[in-house]
Formats: sequence, C-alpha cells, structure tokens
Amino acid sequence: MSFVPHTSAERDAMLQAIGVASLDDLFADIPAALHLKRLNMPDGISELEVFECLAAMASRNRRDLTCFLGGGLYDHFIPAAVDSLASRGEFFTAYTPYQPEVAQGTLQAIFEYQSMICRLTGLDAANASLYDGGTALMESVLVAVNSTRRSRVIVSGSVNPLYLRILRSHVRNIDLEIVELPRRIGQPLDRQVLAGLLDESVAAVVVQNPDFFGTVEDFSDVAEMAHAAGALLLASVYPVSLGLLKSPAAMGVDIATGEGQSLGLPLSFGGPYLGFFATRQKHVRKMPGRVVGESVDRHGNRCYVLTLQAREQHIRREKATSNICTNQALCALRATIHLSLLGRNGLREVAEACLRKADYAKRRLSAVKGLRVLNHGPTFNEFVVELPRSADSVVSDLIGRGLVAGLPLGRFYPEAANALLISFTEKLSQARIDSLVTALEESL
Amino acid sequence: MNKLIFEKSVAGRRAVSIPRLSEAESAGALPLPAALCTDTPPALPEVSELDVVRHFTHLSQTNFSVDKQFYPLGSCTMKYNPRINEKVAALDGFAGLHPMLSQLPGGENLTQGALELLWNAEHLLCELTGMEAFTMQPMAGAHGELTGLLLIAAYHRARGDQRTKVLVPDSAHGTNPASAAMAGYEVVAVGTDAGGNVDLDDFRTKLTPDVAAVMLTCPNTLGLFEQHIVEMSALARANGTLLYYDGANMNALMGRARPGDLGFDVIHLNLHKTLSTPHGGGGPGAGPVGVKAGLIPFLPSPTIKRRSDGSFALEREHPESIGQLSSFFGNFGVVLKAYTYMLQLGGDGLRAATDHAVLNANYLRVRLADVFDNPWPRICMHEVLLSAERQTKAHGVRALDFAKGLIDAGFHPPTIYFPLIVHEAMMIEPTETESKETLDAFAEALLALARQAADNPAAFATMPEKTTISRIDEARAARSMVLKA
Repeated sequence: MSFVPHTSAERDAMLQAIGVASLDDLFADIPAALHLKRLNMPDGISELEVFECLAAMASRNRRDLTCFLGGGLYDHFIPAAVDSLASRGEFFTAYTPYQPEVAQGTLQAIFEYQSMICRLTGLDAANASLYDGGTALMESVLVAVNSTRRSRVIVSGSVNPLYLRILRSHVRNIDLEIVELPRRIGQPLDRQVLAGLLDESVAAVVVQNPDFFGTVEDFSDVAEMAHAAGALLLASVYPVSLGLLKSPAAMGVDIATGEGQSLGLPLSFGGPYLGFFATRQKHVRKMPGRVVGESVDRHGNRCYVLTLQAREQHIRREKATSNICTNQALCALRATIHLSLLGRNGLREVAEACLRKADYAKRRLSAVKGLRVLNHGPTFNEFVVELPRSADSVVSDLIGRGLVAGLPLGRFYPEAANALLISFTEKLSQARIDSLVTALEESL
Repeated sequence: MNKLIFEKSVAGRRAVSIPRLSEAESAGALPLPAALCTDTPPALPEVSELDVVRHFTHLSQTNFSVDKQFYPLGSCTMKYNPRINEKVAALDGFAGLHPMLSQLPGGENLTQGALELLWNAEHLLCELTGMEAFTMQPMAGAHGELTGLLLIAAYHRARGDQRTKVLVPDSAHGTNPASAAMAGYEVVAVGTDAGGNVDLDDFRTKLTPDVAAVMLTCPNTLGLFEQHIVEMSALARANGTLLYYDGANMNALMGRARPGDLGFDVIHLNLHKTLSTPHGGGGPGAGPVGVKAGLIPFLPSPTIKRRSDGSFALEREHPESIGQLSSFFGNFGVVLKAYTYMLQLGGDGLRAATDHAVLNANYLRVRLADVFDNPWPRICMHEVLLSAERQTKAHGVRALDFAKGLIDAGFHPPTIYFPLIVHEAMMIEPTETESKETLDAFAEALLALARQAADNPAAFATMPEKTTISRIDEARAARSMVLKA
C-alpha cells in the first residue's frame, strides 16, 4: 500500500503520453552505476498490522506511574475540544499560508495566537511560532546581539540547563560569548555579581521566571540594570504562570520567550512543542520567523496575510533574521484553541491550582524528617528538596511503588546529587500528593 | 468576515472547568506575595465551548487543504496524510509520555517502546538514504541544515582545518544560505548552466581550499536530476569539501537512488514532505540529519544504542558532540508518524511512491509544455517547473494571476516565483497520491486560463472571486503593521 491510485491501464496511458516505455526510463538521468535495485527493508504491511505493531511498542512505555515530573514540561489537562478541532483536516493538511485567499482560517488563527501571546506577556508583537522553548530563547539572544551590535550575553545559571545547552550548541560558530552566572538553587539571581559583569560589551541578560528550580522573582530591577548598561533583558517564562504573575512587560523585559507545551500540547516524549516569542515594537523588524498582519481585500473586507517577509530567508537568504521556515503552526493553533477554552478566568484558575497544590505539598514535605525544601522565597508549581541520600536512589525506590517522585538534579548538576525537583499541575489530586508524602516519609 | 475570537467575548462566560481543590489545598491566602502578581489577568476571550467549536470550525472551512483540494505546491510534497499516522501518534503510551522519564536513573527501562521506535526509525532512514547514522533532534528542514553545517564545522575543526565558505547554487532554497550564515559561514553562490545543472566551470572556480561544504538539492529546485553529481562529488572530495544534501526533494529518489551512494556526506530529510506527516498549516515538521561514518562522533547527544539483549539505552558520552539542538529527541510525534508510514509502505511501497510521483510530474509536463514555457525541457523528476513568461509578455498575465485563477477553478496554486532564477516561475509538484483524473482536471484548468489570458486578460484582475475574501492589499499589511488585536 503506497496510497497510489493508479491502475495499470492508467499508468500505461500516462507513460505513453510522456513518450517513454517504462517507469525506469523516467530515471535515466541517474548514473547507471548508482541505480538502486531495491531497498533492503521489509515490504509493506496492512494498516491493521501496522497498528498492532505500534500499539505494542506504545505499551512498552510506562504510563502507569504517577508523575511529579516537570522541568519546563508539564502534564496539564487538555480539553477534548482541542484535539477535536485541531484534528480537522482543513487545518492539519494545509500548508504555510502563502496564498492568503485560501488560507484565512490558518492566518486568522495565527493572528489570534499572536494576540494571545501579546496579552499573556504584555508585549507589543509576537511571531507565528518557533520550534520550542530552548530554540526560542536562542533566537531571542540572536535578536539582542543583532539589535545592540554587541557580542557578550550574561545568562542566569538558573535557566533550564537544556536551554543553555541548546543555546551553546547553536551559537558555537558565531561571534558570541556566553557568560553564565553562578547557579543558585532556590535563591534569587545574585544582583551584585550581575552588576560586576554588566558593561557596554553586554548585549543581553537572560533570565527565567519561574527559574529552573521553581523560584519566582520580580526582575524589574534587573531590567533597570540591564537597560542602564544598554543591554536587553530576555526572559524565558512559563505561560501558565502568567495567569497569576506580573507580566514580563511589566517587569521591563524586552523579549519574552518560552515553551508553549503547557498550552494544550501532549508531552509526546519531547515534541512537537511550541516556542513562543514576543517583543517590543522597536525590535519587530528583527524578529525571527513568520508574522501575520491585518489588511483588507479589494472590497475593503478585513483579512489576514503573512507580512514583514523581507526579514525572512526566502527573500533575504543569508541576510535573514533567522533560517526558520517550517515552524510549529499546528501547535500554535492548539494553544490558541486551548487558551480560548480556558479564557481569562480559566487560565487564572489553572495557575492558582498549580500554585496551591505545590504549596500544599511544600507544607507537607517540610515536615518530613530528613528532607529540606531548598527554596526560601516564593515558588509557583515546583520546588527543590534536598534528600538525605542520592535523589537517584530515592526516585528508583519510589518507582517500585508506582510514583515518579520528581527529577533528580544530579543528571544536570553532579554536585546536586541529593536534590530533587518536584512539580505539580491541576491534574494531581490531593490523594496523589499525599501518597508522595507518605512514600517519601517511609523511604527516607 | 469572520469576527476574531476576542470580538465574541462576553465578560463572565466560561468554557472549561478544572477539578475543585480540596479544602486543605485551598486553605489560606494565595501563597504568593502580591507584589509578584498581576492586577489584571491576561485578557483572554470569555466564551463558551460551543463558541470555540463554531469559531474554529468556521475558520477551518475557509482553508484549502490536501483533504479538500489538489495542492501541487512545488518543493513541499503535499501528499495524502494517512489517518493511521494520527491514530498511532495519539496512543497514550506515546502522547502521554513525559520525556524527562528518559533522564531518570534507569529511565530507559521506563521508555523502551519510544527508544525502540526511534532506533528502528533511524535504521530505516539509514537504509532509505545510504547514510550510516541519523539524529532525530532537528525539528524542521532548516533546523536540519543548521545541524548539518554545525556537524561539518566540527568535522573540519577536529582536523585542524580552517574553512570559512559554503557553496550554494543560485537555485537553492533560501534556508540554505540562511542556515550557512547562522553556522558562521560565508555564502558563495554558484550559477546554473543551460542544461539546468550546476554550472561546472563556475563550481570549479569557486571550489577553493577554504570551502567547507557544498549544499545541493537533488533533484534540484528546477525539478531536474543534477547530471554533474558524480563529477561534483569527486571534485569536492579531492578538495576536502563535504557534500550536504537538502532532502526537500527526496520524494523523487526513494528506492531509486540514495544520497549516500551519490557521494553526499551529510543529509537532512523533511519527514513532513517525503514521509507523509501532515504540514499542519506551516508545521510542525521534522528534519532528521544523517551522516557518513566520519561524522558520527560529532552527532548531537544523547544517541540511542541497542544493547546485546535487544533492549535500548541512551548513550551520553560523546566528547566530540556538537551538543544538543533540541531538549530530547526532536519532534518525536512527527518521527512516529513517519515511522508508521515507512512500516506500512515498506521498501516496495516507498519505491512505488517515488515512481508515481515522478510519473505524475512528467504527465503534467507533457500536458502543459506546449502552452507554458518549460525552461529546461527534459524529463523531470517529482516536480515540473513551468514559467508564465510567455503569457506575461504577450498579455500581461503573470504567474500570480494564474495562481489566483486556479483558486477559482478549485485548485491550490503551485509554488510561484521560486526558484528565484526563473521569471514567472510556477513549480508544480503533484505527488504520487493524485489520480490521473485530478491531473487532467488541473491541466485543463490551467490551459483554459492560458486561453483566457489571450482572450480576456482583464478578467484576471478580479480573481479569485469564489473565496471568502478577494485579493489582498499586502503592502498595506506591511505598512500599517497591525500584528495583534
């Protein structure tokens, strides 16, 4: 089965119309010595067999565990209408809306998405999506370097370590120095150290809120420090938290990016996800990726169209603001539907549920002997605890009891082998949180 | 005119609810200082679930899509997206799987099915392309290009070889030079010859010792197999230059030839093109990168290995790795759909897909070549490049006008004005999943428009007329810059 509709009679008629004797003749330009006889892979199988094979594979992944895993990706509730609407063939089998008259659905949805990201972040303009939270942060750094014509970037050591790796890997061959501030688990950014590093060589200061260890901060003073030195403040933010927290714009952030997975996307073992990117008006022409703008048609009807394309690779080629072409449009559509369903009050309720559940767990866990909460200040939906023995061994023990207690930080920071990052969403009932507390009590 | 979702908002209206908090959880004041909180929650729409369902259903109905129309968008391979792909990707064992599970101690044992799938997919892609290893981290074609160039840079660096340039044909996708620039390279354009191939003399001249890589699309964006490939490959090899394969057009070669055998060292594939995963209105795609043995040490980390007992493990110790391009395994959900497709089609089906994609493109070529210019008249591969220059000169009817006319005839237009080196380009890629009747109807529509161009060119000014909106003032959008509501 290759989904090819041709009958042999049709094939013959088409070959005859082309003026060749066989399909082989269509490949005559390929040097004879390089012709492949056949692929060394199994022949095709039926849909039923394919499904059984994949379903068996899916069953070899453990989905019976209660997970307190986060670290930037969260198991939030996804309303049924998100799947139902985003799986409409008119959306998912379309492509990039280059022909606006036959893509108003996609274009208006992107325009609404951009509007929602602006409303969440408080910023002036958002693009149509980037790949994920890590590459969005990387792109924000490139914009800062491009805007300031400076080549040094100071990054908080409490930014998601995977994002830091992604940033370093992408910019390795360009003129850009990354200075990493000391990591402070459970503590706010060290303003003094930052002040000592800020000078006229710095393009940007990069922070995360809440940071990788769950700490929530107001970075307004950091924005002032950065701006005084002529640098931009870039923040990677957790969109669900923006139902409650002061917006990046209100803190003086110049570019806000983040991982949009928590806005209606399944975890799906690492992707596809959604990188969002929002900035102030003055940086709009330096934004990476596609942007949709409002216009009118010949009859004066309001409509939407890809705009500011002179920034993009298909026009500017090597001088483009980024190389991105295909983005995460369907993921952005899911986020738009999800945010529409949650609405103004729903997003706040989800944020408050995450906050209160984490706080309940924090209070309960603070009373567990041998366990210490490392966050001194405010947190949102996750925090770090220090265990009396390696977090790896505790997590392994608890998997035997059907729980994934959190993310051991030793994987990323060898010196923090006893530290465990525990995360909460509205999906975890009090009973499940209590079972985590009990299991930890019994295993320490 | 569709109202925006914000314009349908009514204060106090709600759609979804979430589970009520327990008393213990909700006790006390909000555990967060007021100074950290916003006074005004983001102004998201306040609508009912039915409002949302109607809104997005209406929006969807204003789109053209493969499910509704022939969509011969050149260079994009808009083939049918099998529904089994979607069903498999939605299985809870995949969709619900937290990637951080793989980072736990013994985490591989919690995610064996996913790792097996990635490993199997990697090996099928190796066989399909003639490469020796793949990374699934790149999340789209352009991301794959950047990854490939970072690998090439690491390869030269490890050999103590300073190379600063990348050669890119003038017919190449815009992502090629943009990716090369992001990887820190100077881009040098190479011309196209009268036969529609890379200009070999120009190539020889520009292939200086400081050239790190040559990026080629094969077949190229003119829809033609690169006839000098063997010679170019030999010249590059002798110069210590690596050959990069832009896999956008791989639908022309499956089961017929392999980039690895053609001499390419690094390749990306667009799973959303060649291997049937849906395009999603602009993404997500996936751009896995394959390499020959000499580049394996530099691949992104972690990689997946099969243990001697048949189970799967993550390998993180790669001292020469270029690092990480995505947090985990790229767009896993997309790789999963491509793997499903490869299993279902098998080696014979993949070859049949390519054969019929090329058959369909050539059929359209012969049906249209008398009326439209075909700048390089020879057997094409999976797409055919035509030009409306004749109609533009004679009647002032441009490629854009034909595109709008096709919309009224019920077809998605081809890619127009690309490649940049052809005036009034119309790049038509029918794909293998379209029937002869569909191709005939499309050809008839385009021929009828060509007759209309001669008889009544003025009629094009108002096309399209059958859509919800008519031609758009694109300059106004750029000028007024209304980017949000």
